[in-house]
Amino acid sequence: MNSTKAVSPTPSFIEMLVRRRVLRTFFLVFLVAVVVWRIGTALWANPTLFLQQVIDGLRLGFVYALIALGYTMVYGIVRLINFAHGDVFMIGAFMSYLAIARVQLHLWPTKVFPGISPVLASGIGSITVILLSMAVCALAAITIERVAYKPLRSAPRISALITAIGVSFFLEYFGALDFVFTPNFITYKRPFDVTTWVFGSGGVQALVPGQAIPENTVTFSNISIIIVIATIFLLVVLQYIVTQTKIGKAMRATAYDQQTARLMGINVNGIISVTFAIGAGLAGAAGMLYAIAFPQVTFLMGVLPGLKAFVAAVLGGIGSIPGAFVGALIMGQAEVLSAAYISTPMRDAIAFTILIVVLLVRPTGIFGEAQREKA
Amino acid sequence: MFKRIDRNSLLFFGVTIGFFVVVQVLILVGVLTPFYETLLRLGAVYAIVSLGLNMIYGFNGQFSLGQWGFYAIGAYTAADITFRWTNQASTAGLTVLLFIVLLVGAAILILYKLLGRLRGLDALSAFTVYLLAAFGLAVVGVKIGQVVAIPLNSVLAALPAGIATTIVYVLAVIIGALIAAEVSFLFGLPVLTLGSDYFGIATLGFTIIVKVLLDNSDTLLGFEEMKGARGMIGIPKVTTWFWVFLFLMIVIVVVRNLLHSSYGRAIVSVREDEIAAKAMGIDVGHYKTLTFVLGSFFAGLAGALYAHINGFLHPDMFNFIKSFDPMIIVVFGGLGSVTGTVFAAFVWPLVLEGLLRQILPPGFETWRYVVYPLLLLIMMLLKPNGLFGNFEVPYLRQVLPALRKKISTERSQAPSAPAVKEVNG
Repeated sequence: MNSTKAVSPTPSFIEMLVRRRVLRTFFLVFLVAVVVWRIGTALWANPTLFLQQVIDGLRLGFVYALIALGYTMVYGIVRLINFAHGDVFMIGAFMSYLAIARVQLHLWPTKVFPGISPVLASGIGSITVILLSMAVCALAAITIERVAYKPLRSAPRISALITAIGVSFFLEYFGALDFVFTPNFITYKRPFDVTTWVFGSGGVQALVPGQAIPENTVTFSNISIIIVIATIFLLVVLQYIVTQTKIGKAMRATAYDQQTARLMGINVNGIISVTFAIGAGLAGAAGMLYAIAFPQVTFLMGVLPGLKAFVAAVLGGIGSIPGAFVGALIMGQAEVLSAAYISTPMRDAIAFTILIVVLLVRPTGIFGEAQREKA
Repeated sequence: MFKRIDRNSLLFFGVTIGFFVVVQVLILVGVLTPFYETLLRLGAVYAIVSLGLNMIYGFNGQFSLGQWGFYAIGAYTAADITFRWTNQASTAGLTVLLFIVLLVGAAILILYKLLGRLRGLDALSAFTVYLLAAFGLAVVGVKIGQVVAIPLNSVLAALPAGIATTIVYVLAVIIGALIAAEVSFLFGLPVLTLGSDYFGIATLGFTIIVKVLLDNSDTLLGFEEMKGARGMIGIPKVTTWFWVFLFLMIVIVVVRNLLHSSYGRAIVSVREDEIAAKAMGIDVGHYKTLTFVLGSFFAGLAGALYAHINGFLHPDMFNFIKSFDPMIIVVFGGLGSVTGTVFAAFVWPLVLEGLLRQILPPGFETWRYVVYPLLLLIMMLLKPNGLFGNFEVPYLRQVLPALRKKISTERSQAPSAPAVKEVNG
């Protein structure tokens, strides 16, 4: 009371401003109003274009969700920002590329069963490839965890973080070597043919190759459908593992309190390895899906998607699986919509601006609970 | 006055100035090729930016990945000023930025005093006030600067070209550093309230935002001379070994004296235990902001010096993969060790760019970034305290040695027997 009196002739007014946090509200309302106005005018001007953007954003968001789950699980259990996760994602993309382009693993059903229907064959082939990249990524993550992170389990957190950065660099630049993945941008070969559908006033119809897209329609391809179905399937499996199985129970216990979990007879080191493996498996699947959607692979491809997925995990509340999913969908929409309606080159910047604003308003994220400080 | 200069200080300054003179003579004689001279200048620049990070992270415990963003801000600001002077013979860039820096800086200081008295003001409200004030005054600064530039042009044109360029250069470096400091204040004010990991991610986001803005500096920001993603050329190459060394010495002395004052003890206490520091009556937020702004000031300073080494700036120099460089230098040298940081900063370019390129067979360059993460991993596993641990040369004697000892023993014991420790503890 006294201190405010000394500053201003009208202490009660300023005090009211401070107590009600008027300026903060004003600032946030301003930001939200700008965004809503932008999106609203876009929707009003061209609803089909807007819908198209939303669909593209969903496709991106579902891929981010798969990566974000790995981040959120690892962070939840060992409180480590696993910077190498984005590079595991890169390994997954490259594994599927090598399997498809070099070994032609996706063609094995037609080779073994010549009479098989082509749709079934490419389906089984793609699933084989995705399982392969998931397995390779899981193995890579277990190796990384055992070699690099495990010895630092009880060291200060920064040591583990620096190690994670080191592992990330190692994976990137080891991948850039000529005999590994090469430092070039490589065009990715999709394991199945792309079919595009047009949705407009005339209902849904397949687009004939070479045909121009009719006006006022929304297009979507089987890629989006595959990404959405694969992500939802993996999410359901993950949710089942985490909530229904014994391993999941042990994971939750370890995340809650490592020491007590150990006293209860849980093999904490094994559980941490399993968590890394599951997260990396999801990242491997994401790597392949991302490469299918944006058909190009390079040794640095994991960096930005990895970071954005981490942002998504933070946005949703780190440690929470539904939070990671919702956060990833928000990130996908934010990226695509800001690229379409605000500024294309600024879309990365806008993604991180959203992160900073959300952190300031709700530091624990949308679904997050207040974090207990770990000793 | 001379009574207070002790042996350690004399020794320290004697050795460093001797080092400076030897290098300067070697450069003049021609023994030190421009290649190695550039590496030395780069080393000094890295030392400054890493000392800034060591202030923020090593001494104050705030895990920041935003250092490279402030470095970029300093670099581009200073480069813009000197570019306009050498290529357009105009001091408009200098005066406009000077007045923006002065007005916004004054506003921040005054508002900081005033708002500090309001109890319970949340960070975002305060941020709004600062932001509005900064924007308003920046517009005023542009107007004043454009008016003042005209007489200043004729004054500087009357001076010999070399002296005028030097004046513009030194002012540009200082303005670049100040802009970085002011931006860091505005950014740090709300963000410093976040917890450690969130703070790290937010600052990483800042680095990425700065990089994206620089990519589009000619289209979105409207600075055509920065040329966006094509890279800025035509910056005068005026950063000599003398200038980097001078600024490095100033930074070392400032860091040392700050850390040995009551401010320094407060800063270190925030790192050791925030809650305990608060209980001892230390204004934690104030010291966090102070350190963050000072560290960013050093980053801006280093960036401004760097811009004038090669005369070329490109946004890719400031991408966030590079932003781990100062962090790795600090960790290599030893967290909270000024000696170690400076040493590692000089070794970094010498080894990565110099020795490996000169000694090892060609084609090894691609292996550089495979080998150095491996070295980093090995060091993290074997010597997590960094090369120098808590060693300091006598002049820069350790801050709070007792506390540091406790940390180092904890670190060395911890990895060996985690299970036992956890059960006992």
